[in-house]
Amino acid sequence: MDRMNRRGFLECMAWVGTGVVWTATGGILSSRVLPAAAAELTGGSFSFVQISDSHVGFKGQANPDAAVTLQQVVGKINALPTPPAFVIHTGDLTHGQKPGAFDTVAEILKGAKTDKVLYIPGEHDVFVDGGKEFLGRYAKGGPGWQSFDYQGVHFVGLVNVLKYKGEHLGALGGEQIAWLKQDLAGLSNSTPVVVYAHVPLWAVFPAWGWVTEDAEQALALLTRFGSVTVLNGHIHQALQKVEGNVTFHTAMSTAFPQPAPGVGPGPGPMKISEEQARPMLGMREVRYVLGTTPLAVIDSTLA
Amino acid sequence: MDEIRRLPARPCRPTRTPPSRPLLPALVATGVALSLLLGLGAAGRALPPASVDIQDSKYVPQALTVAPGTTVRWINRDEETHTVTSATGLFGSAGLDLGEAYSYTFAAPGVYPYTCDLHAFMQGTIVVK
Repeated sequence: MDRMNRRGFLECMAWVGTGVVWTATGGILSSRVLPAAAAELTGGSFSFVQISDSHVGFKGQANPDAAVTLQQVVGKINALPTPPAFVIHTGDLTHGQKPGAFDTVAEILKGAKTDKVLYIPGEHDVFVDGGKEFLGRYAKGGPGWQSFDYQGVHFVGLVNVLKYKGEHLGALGGEQIAWLKQDLAGLSNSTPVVVYAHVPLWAVFPAWGWVTEDAEQALALLTRFGSVTVLNGHIHQALQKVEGNVTFHTAMSTAFPQPAPGVGPGPGPMKISEEQARPMLGMREVRYVLGTTPLAVIDSTLA
Repeated sequence: MDEIRRLPARPCRPTRTPPSRPLLPALVATGVALSLLLGLGAAGRALPPASVDIQDSKYVPQALTVAPGTTVRWINRDEETHTVTSATGLFGSAGLDLGEAYSYTFAAPGVYPYTCDLHAFMQGTIVVK
């Protein structure tokens, strides 16, 4: 594999959102445009899909109805050559946590051809009631963080929005970090780990709350692993960062785009036409090929 | 005074109008009605509706002074969800989406700071005096 220089990296970045395989090996990021022939997955491998920030209830210039674009993303999931093993929703299911909004999201995602949909909350899902409705619905009233193993890959879902209120920063809290330590304790260093949470676990832009204040403590527990893939939402755009063996990805929203970090007066929804917004909305397919540790990340848009 | 003079005649058909109806009680009644309409009644309170716009993730005006008993109405003009949440827990809205409003009536004098649950940098104050 060729090492990628800055120019090559930027050329690849131009392809983000149009169907690109991202592969991280030994901390070097590489990519190639996804050929149609590579679409089929062979035996022993699997894929899953990340969707984020569906903000059902949102209506604005960039999108008159966020439920419609979520439905369209479900259509894209169902058009994948290999159905995903599961779908992970990384939070902000609803825009204003209105009565019935969680039902709408669940109803739309029932149409996805997959075995399971996993949810972790965004701040828009818990700000009204401190998470009572969300956690009652998706975590049996528990704290919401979760982990499971799937075909040799360890998945960890973290909740970093329950302290968001008032402080406007993501935070995990001591109890969750202690749980994570316990959860990872029995795993060998060669186990591929996928971590998902709503607010980025790296400091994208703290002034807009695009940071998790105690993420370092969680990441310190992950550095021993050979392959760690971190999937976040919250900032409504696809960004990548590599730190050692840890690859960070933020996801596009299915509802509306937000500006690049620090560009413009604030992080609110971009006021652009629906036509301009569609290439900035979408989903992410993540592929794990048996016998190789890197996970391939493929972003695709509604355009 | 033009308005007052015209008022008694309006609801009455000419044929039914008592020719010798005293003018004074009618004038007094009309005056009281007008005073009430203009908010200049016995209590001496003028309570025009007060409103705060939520725009570009700011409360506009950021500080608003009103008389006791005033109902303040916040309207969200942003596409982003916002809340109006009292720092003391006295009042609080649900999530307000674009075009949605929340109202609260301030009975007692005092200073009432509030914020948005989703955007801590948004700060507003209602002063009641």
